[in-house]
Amino acid sequence: MTNLLTGALPKIVRVIPRNRNIEAMLLLFAVGLNAFELAQIQLSLLEKLTPEFFFYWLPPAILALVIHMILRSRASEADPMILPIALVLNGLGLSMIYRLDLGSIANGGTELFGTRQIIWTVIAMAVAAAVIIYVPSHLFLRRYVYVSMFIGIALLLAPSLPFIGRSINGARLWIGIGPLTFQPGELAKIALTVFFAGYLVTRRESLALTGRKVLGLRIPRARELGPILVIWAASLLVLVLQRDLGTSLLYFGLFIVLVFVATGRSIYVIVGMTMFITGALVASRVMDYVSGRFESWLNPFDSKNYDAVGGSYQLAQGIFGLAHGNLLGTGLGGGIPHLVPLAESDFIIASLGEELGLIGMFAILALYLLFVSRGLRIGFSHPDDFSKLLAAGLSFVIALQCFIVIGGVTRVVPLTGLTTPLLAAGGSSLLANWIIVGVLLRISDSVGGGKNES
Amino acid sequence: MNRELRRVSYVIFVMFLSLFIATTGIQIINADAYSQDQHNVRTAYDSYKTQRGAILVDGQPIVESVKSDDIYRYQRVYKDEMYSSVTGFFSLYQGSTGLESAMGSYLTGKNSSQFFEQISALLSGNPVQGASVELTIDPVVQKAAWDALGKKKGAVVAIDPKTGNILAMVSKPGFDANLLAVHSGEESNANYQDLLNDKDGPLLNRATTELYAPGSVFKVIMAATAVESGLYTKDSTFPNPTKFQLPGTNVFVQNSGEGKCGGKGTVSIADALRLSCNVPMAQLGIALSQERIRAQAELFGFGKKIKYPMTSTASVYPENMDEAQTALSAFGQYDVRTNPLQMAMVSAAVANQGVLMKPNLIENVLSSNLSVLAQPQPEIFSQPMSQATAQSVKEMMIGAVSRGVSGNARIQDVLVAGKTGTAQNGKGQPYTLWFTGFAPADNPQVAVAVVIADGGGQGQGGVGNSLAAPVARKVMEAVLRK
Repeated sequence: MTNLLTGALPKIVRVIPRNRNIEAMLLLFAVGLNAFELAQIQLSLLEKLTPEFFFYWLPPAILALVIHMILRSRASEADPMILPIALVLNGLGLSMIYRLDLGSIANGGTELFGTRQIIWTVIAMAVAAAVIIYVPSHLFLRRYVYVSMFIGIALLLAPSLPFIGRSINGARLWIGIGPLTFQPGELAKIALTVFFAGYLVTRRESLALTGRKVLGLRIPRARELGPILVIWAASLLVLVLQRDLGTSLLYFGLFIVLVFVATGRSIYVIVGMTMFITGALVASRVMDYVSGRFESWLNPFDSKNYDAVGGSYQLAQGIFGLAHGNLLGTGLGGGIPHLVPLAESDFIIASLGEELGLIGMFAILALYLLFVSRGLRIGFSHPDDFSKLLAAGLSFVIALQCFIVIGGVTRVVPLTGLTTPLLAAGGSSLLANWIIVGVLLRISDSVGGGKNES
Repeated sequence: MNRELRRVSYVIFVMFLSLFIATTGIQIINADAYSQDQHNVRTAYDSYKTQRGAILVDGQPIVESVKSDDIYRYQRVYKDEMYSSVTGFFSLYQGSTGLESAMGSYLTGKNSSQFFEQISALLSGNPVQGASVELTIDPVVQKAAWDALGKKKGAVVAIDPKTGNILAMVSKPGFDANLLAVHSGEESNANYQDLLNDKDGPLLNRATTELYAPGSVFKVIMAATAVESGLYTKDSTFPNPTKFQLPGTNVFVQNSGEGKCGGKGTVSIADALRLSCNVPMAQLGIALSQERIRAQAELFGFGKKIKYPMTSTASVYPENMDEAQTALSAFGQYDVRTNPLQMAMVSAAVANQGVLMKPNLIENVLSSNLSVLAQPQPEIFSQPMSQATAQSVKEMMIGAVSRGVSGNARIQDVLVAGKTGTAQNGKGQPYTLWFTGFAPADNPQVAVAVVIADGGGQGQGGVGNSLAAPVARKVMEAVLRK
């Protein structure tokens, strides 16, 4: 009966952008959630609502709406979940940073992060909107593959340069001019992903098919291994010059995964990981800094490590914070997250875990997982190989970064100096991750080859 | 490429799975263990949400929480520095020590015995109030001990030998715990640094957690070992040379006067204790063997951390010594280490006819509605010797005070048993001075141990009898209200 009926009806060309309507609903939910968080924080810590509520609530909401409208006209088939998830995470981070500021004011602190974060949120979301407008198609970036390489390497090495390079907490990941500091590595990850994707698309055939077979494994020729060696050396250079294992692992992991996706040859993963682990182990022997991090990771509650300068104090305090949160958390404003150094940036996940509990942690992790899976989905279904690699690379870099940072706080891996994407205080990180949001939205619009997917 | 992407998504899934598992481990499975970690000050913060219970001596608070105007709502107030080694401190920034730590669960109302209160608090929304802790300390004795030590670094522990109740526990110099209880982190941290850097070590608990060479007070344990072994009586004699060559070395042991021990050709164990002679003790040590001495010392509590309910540092009788070292250990030198709590326990066991009662500081714990949550009863710690042995050791200790070199502990009309000690700490280092004993010897009401560190300010000039014995006498007099 139904079959007959549908069969009898004329085929309707979909003109309503269904994805955009889903997105609108989700955005409404996200905006509501952010309002709820901010209200809870103000009521808990100030016992009243103040106009500052709007200062933190409206700008991201309005910009999300702007991006939404731009998508309606310029990329109507873009993925409907990416923007709302990014908004929820960014809003949650903002709320927590504002909450920490309030706690800090109550304790006589003067260093506040909220205003800076909201300004950077506005800038980053505006840049994401610009990406959607000025990157007209998913193929656009492919024209800039080698430019991206130079930009990426320049950004990566900038902190090691004299005069503008800055060390913060032992890691040399920043550049600074006067009071302004910037972490160029965050932007480098985008440029390098573009470069890797473009490079691998052109070279995948030779990387995949050449080489002699030994014991059933096809061993790549030396010239094919050349670029891998270069990236490996660059990663270790980052490790040595910038003293950060996390950043180094992030770039190398990204590259190895993209090589694997492009060629389908696990030999690259095996060789790559072996090389990286060997390099890292050697570094841990040679560099006190790395071995110290390992020591703190294994025995954070040992008084020797706990009391050491640059030891496990922060890690232990973060874990105490998480444990304090238990299943349900203390509620926003109910905990004491400011006991952890860098509670607003590197350790924001511990602050959130304390106040939102295990349930909140699971929700945040699930949001990241969902975000990453939307990105991978673009990779799965996109007809164009470059876009496939780019989407997969950008998603993977977010996943790996989450793993390294949150895993560092929860002692899955040694602690390093990366930021939690979209949550943590820090302009460079926000900017980079919102650009990724913009690029993913742009690519996802063309998944259906320009036609409606449904 | 999609096949590879699928594999990558498995990898991502595993990475996130590990994060899910790790967070669950921290926030649920190990959460309790982390909340009790010594470095965790969150527990302290939490406890400010309720009014923390008071610590009482003779019904009067020596520590209490009073209302304050800041976000912490209560301010911890410490009344008297002489209790600093007992109460310890409770600080937002430095954690807690002493009874503030050991009785923390009662004081914050989180002890499992307050379960029903906690439930009703959960329902009514009113926080549980902390329970108050009444101590066995006698304020008169505590004050006497505090004053008697004067400006000297040292400690006193006085125990009721029949019950194990601690009547006084003093460590000098003390500290003002209010300095650490301030709510400003900057102030608290600065004050803490000052206390840590103070070369007199005010934060050290010399009564129970620091260890000192006992010197001749260890001879009481030797006397007990000798008689308890059945091989000797207090009248058993040893050769009485002026010097004794330590086996396998060129080192000679001498008595403190560098002469014989008494005028005779042989010397009894009782006289060796009375006159505190090293030569006969060295011979006795080798004859008894280190195993026998260690076994006896452990019955007195050596090698064990004692919970009273704070935790003491275990006293040490060294292992694997050669004969020379065993000989030195017999008069409390070499690596023998102990503290006043342990030595007071030794005297208490002798005083209580060979039965050692478990030391205890808690009279009772009362909840905010005055129901009794805990009331520790006297408990036997061990029986280190027979009644006969105890009687025999007691007689030797009486001799040491009434006719021997420990005479400064004598009290008018009261029979006092005791032993002094003057431990050497190496060339040029100030002596550690001791007294341990009990009174009245015929019906003991108090066992006491006094240690004076750093030579009592006199380098190698003072001896146990000149510096430690008078302090002990004042403490015993205070107990007997003389």
